[in-house]
Amino acid sequence: MNRSSSGWSLFDAKPGKRVLPGFALSMGISLLFISLVLLLPVTGLIAQTADMSWSQYWAVITDERVVASYKVTLWAAFFASLFNGVVGLLLAWVLVRYEFPGKRIIDALIDLPFALPTAVAGITLAALFAENGWYGQMLALLGIKVAFTPLGIIVAMAFTSLPFVVRTVQPVLEDLAPEDEEAAVTMGASDLTVFRRVVFPALWPALMTGVALSFTRSLGEFGAVIFIAGNMPYVSEITSLMIFIRLQEFDYAAASAIASVVLMASLVLLFSINIWQARYLRRLHGR
Amino acid sequence: MFQSPGKLIKRLVVTLAVTGSVGMANAQAADQEILNSSYDIARELFASYNELFTQHWLDETGKTVEIKQSHGGSSKQAQAIIQGLRADLVTYNQVTDVDILHQRGNLIPADWRKRLPNASSPYYSTMAFLVRKGNPKNIQNWDDLVRDDVSSVLPNPKTSGNGRYTYLAALGYAQKTFGDDQAAIDEFLRDFLGNVAVFDTGGRGATTTFIERGIGDVLLTFESEVNNIAAQYPPGEYQVVVPKVSFLAEFPVTWIDRNVERNGTADVAREYLEYLYSEEAQRLIAGFNYRVHDQAVQAEFADRFPELELLPIEEIAGDWETAMTVHFGSGGKLDQLQRR
Repeated sequence: MNRSSSGWSLFDAKPGKRVLPGFALSMGISLLFISLVLLLPVTGLIAQTADMSWSQYWAVITDERVVASYKVTLWAAFFASLFNGVVGLLLAWVLVRYEFPGKRIIDALIDLPFALPTAVAGITLAALFAENGWYGQMLALLGIKVAFTPLGIIVAMAFTSLPFVVRTVQPVLEDLAPEDEEAAVTMGASDLTVFRRVVFPALWPALMTGVALSFTRSLGEFGAVIFIAGNMPYVSEITSLMIFIRLQEFDYAAASAIASVVLMASLVLLFSINIWQARYLRRLHGR
Repeated sequence: MFQSPGKLIKRLVVTLAVTGSVGMANAQAADQEILNSSYDIARELFASYNELFTQHWLDETGKTVEIKQSHGGSSKQAQAIIQGLRADLVTYNQVTDVDILHQRGNLIPADWRKRLPNASSPYYSTMAFLVRKGNPKNIQNWDDLVRDDVSSVLPNPKTSGNGRYTYLAALGYAQKTFGDDQAAIDEFLRDFLGNVAVFDTGGRGATTTFIERGIGDVLLTFESEVNNIAAQYPPGEYQVVVPKVSFLAEFPVTWIDRNVERNGTADVAREYLEYLYSEEAQRLIAGFNYRVHDQAVQAEFADRFPELELLPIEEIAGDWETAMTVHFGSGGKLDQLQRR
């Protein structure tokens, strides 16, 4: 079971045996890279808000319309990642556990949302789900409107972040030793029990990581959502659009202020998932 | 269908070599090179104008010039220049995006609008309506757009100059209709904005929503754009409606002093913009459905541009700076009107 701990953990860096020499150099390069590519832009973001006072900052991030956009974005990202959690798990399961013709093609297609420029995804989804589009026509018969409603936001977010769940769950599932399941079966466990008590606990941390990644990605998604959302104030405006609007007004400070809220939310989520995961694993492995 | 890899690679190499050498030849041939930073929907216009101008410049000076184009939302374009893109000149569709080049970067003088005729706007346009076949909702003027049975499509005034112009046009109409009755003006604008079905971030996005997605009864955008769209479809498929009153949308141009100095392109950049006012250029621009100042060309194209009352920004909101803070800034009039 221990080997399953590789492949899905976000910040997990086990100080294992040094197989290769040159630790100092590679560590140095890593730290430099992290500083230049990750930390510096974040510092820049915070520096840009520095010419605001706290009250100004507070006023910008609690503006009524911006708050409405947080709600829209959070709810949409929540439902999108929930959907991805279920469908992504299913896809990963099918891809790992079954053999069927065309499996490799489907496996490759999973990454399509990553390969596709998000604006293209947005335009394509809007075309499909508009009332004169292929899906939209059928959904209209059921009285469901997707394009240019908050539902469209969920669809766009789910599409662009689906690979996160599949790609985090897949390797763990592949590493899962069939002996555990066989052992459970020989002890008389039903299929459902095997899944619930043996398979799922091992998958759970990876699934949660995938869902969390999917969620944070959805929080920041702009290109795909903007074409399908309809962008009605207070109804279907996402937070990224609020940032975009501030940039259009050349108000970099306000844009950075709103961006810092999104960043903070993402970081808090990712860190708490990681902490939760570490605890969960300790319990699971009885360490 | 399938070629042997060797053959394919050979063809690829030949193609690359040919295109490469053509590119090189061009680069070597041109004595000078200038970069025109322009707005999103001006690609076709400046592609044609550049041909006209290169010939003109060759005739006048015996020198060749290569004009590079950069297109995008003009606020974004202006940001790129402030952040260091060394464009020689700008041809935008919003005065504010040129103003920012003075305010933020001090790249141009404050009085840039006085450097060329017609407040540095060689051509202009206005906001018009595009309606579906036969105009089923009988949309003729701004007051039709607040009717309960009409839904409209326009780009977001928060993110698009195009949308700001439309908002100001509706405001101008309301001011003319209701005079000093501020409550009635607000009510009108609230209804107008309430009828919007989709707020796209840019003009072309709104066009797609209206045409391809079939959303809304009326698309509001530049008269030039409206005519271009209508011309792409069989006659009658879409109809152009020009209201009786609308906004004077200017297309400001200027050279960027700081950059032309560094690039050594002051003469050619200036001539590039001045030549926009020549009769030949104005005829070409009118061909793209923009209104022009040249009287001879105006007469030629008279049937294409119905007469209407054009309200300049000064009459509606004082000046651009006021308009931006009072109407479009955070917590401004637009935000208040859209509040639920």
